[in-house]
Amino acid sequence: MSDVALRSVETPRAAWINDPRVRGLVWQVVLVGLVAWILIGAGSNAIDNLRRAGIASGFDFLWRESSFDIAHTLIDYSSRSSFGRALFVGVLNTLLVATIGIVLATILGVAIGVARISSNFILSKTAEVYVEVVRNVPLLLQLFIWYKAVLEPLPEARASINLGAGIFVNKRGLYLPEPLFGPGSWLIAAGLGAGLVGAILFRIWAKRRQDETGRRYPILLTALALIVGLPLLAALLTGMPVEFKPATQSRFNLSGGIAIQPELVALLAGLVIYTAAFIAEIVRSGIVAVSKGQTEAAGALGLRPNASLRLVVIPQAMRIIIPPLTSQFLNLTKNSSLAVAIGYSDLVHVGNTIITQGGQPLEVIAVWMAVYLGISLATAGVMNWYNQRIALVER
Amino acid sequence: MATGVPASNPVPSAAASSTPVSSVPMSDAPLPDAPLRAGGGFVRASFGDTRPPPGRVGGPVRWLRENLFSSPLNTALTLVLLYALATTLPDFLRFTLIDAIWEGEDRDACRAQALGREPGACWAFVKARTAYFMYGQYPLEERWRVDLTWLLGGLGVLWMLWPRVPRKAAGAVYFFILFPLGAFVLLTGFSAVGLPPVPTYLWGGLLVTLVISAIGIVVSLPLGVLLALGRRSQLPAVKFMSVVFIEFVRGVPLITVLFMANVMLPLFLPGGWRPDSLVRVLIGVALFAAAYMAEVVRGGLQAIPKGQYEGAMSLGLGYWRTMTLIILPQALKVVIPGIVNTFIGLFKDTSLVSIVGIFDLMRTVEASLTDPKWATPVTRFSGYFFAALVYFVFCFGMSRYSMWMERRLATDHRN
Repeated sequence: MSDVALRSVETPRAAWINDPRVRGLVWQVVLVGLVAWILIGAGSNAIDNLRRAGIASGFDFLWRESSFDIAHTLIDYSSRSSFGRALFVGVLNTLLVATIGIVLATILGVAIGVARISSNFILSKTAEVYVEVVRNVPLLLQLFIWYKAVLEPLPEARASINLGAGIFVNKRGLYLPEPLFGPGSWLIAAGLGAGLVGAILFRIWAKRRQDETGRRYPILLTALALIVGLPLLAALLTGMPVEFKPATQSRFNLSGGIAIQPELVALLAGLVIYTAAFIAEIVRSGIVAVSKGQTEAAGALGLRPNASLRLVVIPQAMRIIIPPLTSQFLNLTKNSSLAVAIGYSDLVHVGNTIITQGGQPLEVIAVWMAVYLGISLATAGVMNWYNQRIALVER
Repeated sequence: MATGVPASNPVPSAAASSTPVSSVPMSDAPLPDAPLRAGGGFVRASFGDTRPPPGRVGGPVRWLRENLFSSPLNTALTLVLLYALATTLPDFLRFTLIDAIWEGEDRDACRAQALGREPGACWAFVKARTAYFMYGQYPLEERWRVDLTWLLGGLGVLWMLWPRVPRKAAGAVYFFILFPLGAFVLLTGFSAVGLPPVPTYLWGGLLVTLVISAIGIVVSLPLGVLLALGRRSQLPAVKFMSVVFIEFVRGVPLITVLFMANVMLPLFLPGGWRPDSLVRVLIGVALFAAAYMAEVVRGGLQAIPKGQYEGAMSLGLGYWRTMTLIILPQALKVVIPGIVNTFIGLFKDTSLVSIVGIFDLMRTVEASLTDPKWATPVTRFSGYFFAALVYFVFCFGMSRYSMWMERRLATDHRN
């Protein structure tokens, strides 16, 4: 009955022009039309302009001979190789810098972030000065400083500076000792593998035992002993088949060893030092954000400072740290494109060489965008998976 | 926990009260001083040992002990750091200040051979090139226009940023409408009022860096707000386009965006229409910063409780009024640190335009270093140090201002 009464009431209808749904539709149609008009206009202009300038388009060029050399390659490459292979060399170089850079920047950044909250006055102040100075100077300038003001004035190869432990540095780069594998080296690798597997198995077993009995086992020490001890044992048994041969210094030259180009050294130094400052701030704010009550409660439960840090503070801080850390990793990867300014052959540098050599700018830029977007999405995916694993499980 | 603590603590000293608590047994094993087990908890029957009173040492000695030598590890760190500072800091000061060369006409002033000693930083070079670092190749007799622009801009910044200056609305009109128009007329020239035109390829140095970052900031903030609203919009087409734009731009490096703006913009425009190269990178930088700004603003929008939207709706406010009157003022306030961080990033990122051939501060310094007139081993370092100092002053200034503003705007009465 009430139903009928309600239905009989005339709902005052607003004019259709004031209906939010109609308005939304109109706005969207206008916007889509505008964007489409811009895109179509830009596209037809591009086709016109390209035809007028006589620039070939399409991705056929990827299979043509590149006829330029690349200084630093991880795979076989010569000036007879194709443009496509040149770009692939660039991609690999970008990935190399990004991977090494991310690992080193994380280590340095965490160390500095922890130093910033240290009770040691000098340590925390030094860390603060580091962060403030490094964060507020452009990365490009820092790269120039490393490449042109630090590495370039270094002595020639014949007067290389010995940093100790078989590491040399000169104008041409950094020289690390080269491992030479003799017969039986595979046993060491096998030992390392067995150590890793053993450590993981032990961790699983120890965790189960702890859940059942409450007894705790020294997981870290055992894992270290397994991972370091087994390969060492293998090495001793086979009579040290691996030898680290440093570069040899002759009167006029330095030969042998693993040579790392100055461009790569400068790029890594700049990227790591710059990104570490940001990571340090993220780590610091993450730890500080865990409320003091958590530490106090852990203390009240009888946990020692070390254990409370490891079991209570850090797991909570990680939840705050991971998302911004991901974007720093992505920033480092994207910033590695500044290699173009100091001549390290990363993707952008190789692409730029192709553009200046003979056109195909649209295609090269498309390749850049595709690769960087791919890397960004992949990294974000991995980090999101990890973040979900450690996220707070709420009921 | 309360069951483990003695019901009343007869020891009045605060220092001693912690002793019984920490000696409450953690295991079920019976202890020699036989705690009474009552109702599953522990009640301690005897007093714990009283600890000695804290030492009487106060002042600097105590501070040193607590802050520098509290543990063996800390002591070692302190000593290592002190040693490192003692070996590097004096050298640094000697190089940049004591041995530095402040006056000179050319490279002879800064060379060991001519000087008879190891030279410090060659500030004479920086001094001789300061005008170039500031204005680039802007014609000498027209540089007063740049100075006037800086003065007008500085006034606008003061008006906007200094809270004690009244009439912010007028200030906003001045800073966001009058000043850009005036600066445009002043810098590019306007023959009708007797200002000869100065083409942008003559601009350079700090002038270009500031022009790019100022326009980037002024454009990216409103554009970023619009994109953030678009990303949270109910309209699927708007949302989709915003997401695509934001994620695309954030997924690629700025340098590729600059190459794109430089190479592709002329391609996409009708034939023969070649925008000025400064305008091209300006568009690139502004769009790039807008995507980052959008994500910062989105964070602020998400932090606003739903009740605020519902409250606005119940007052009969439409979408735009809800946003401009209720949501954005709160959201933007929350994300001031993020916005300023984006500005700082934008300011530093302007150095990248030097790679695509714009003579900004970075490029003018770099270009001066190839001048044989000043070629010495210390010139390069001096030039870079100066550039780093200029960038540092601006970025550090912005970050300190934002921290100060954050404290002023803290209207939640948490503290």
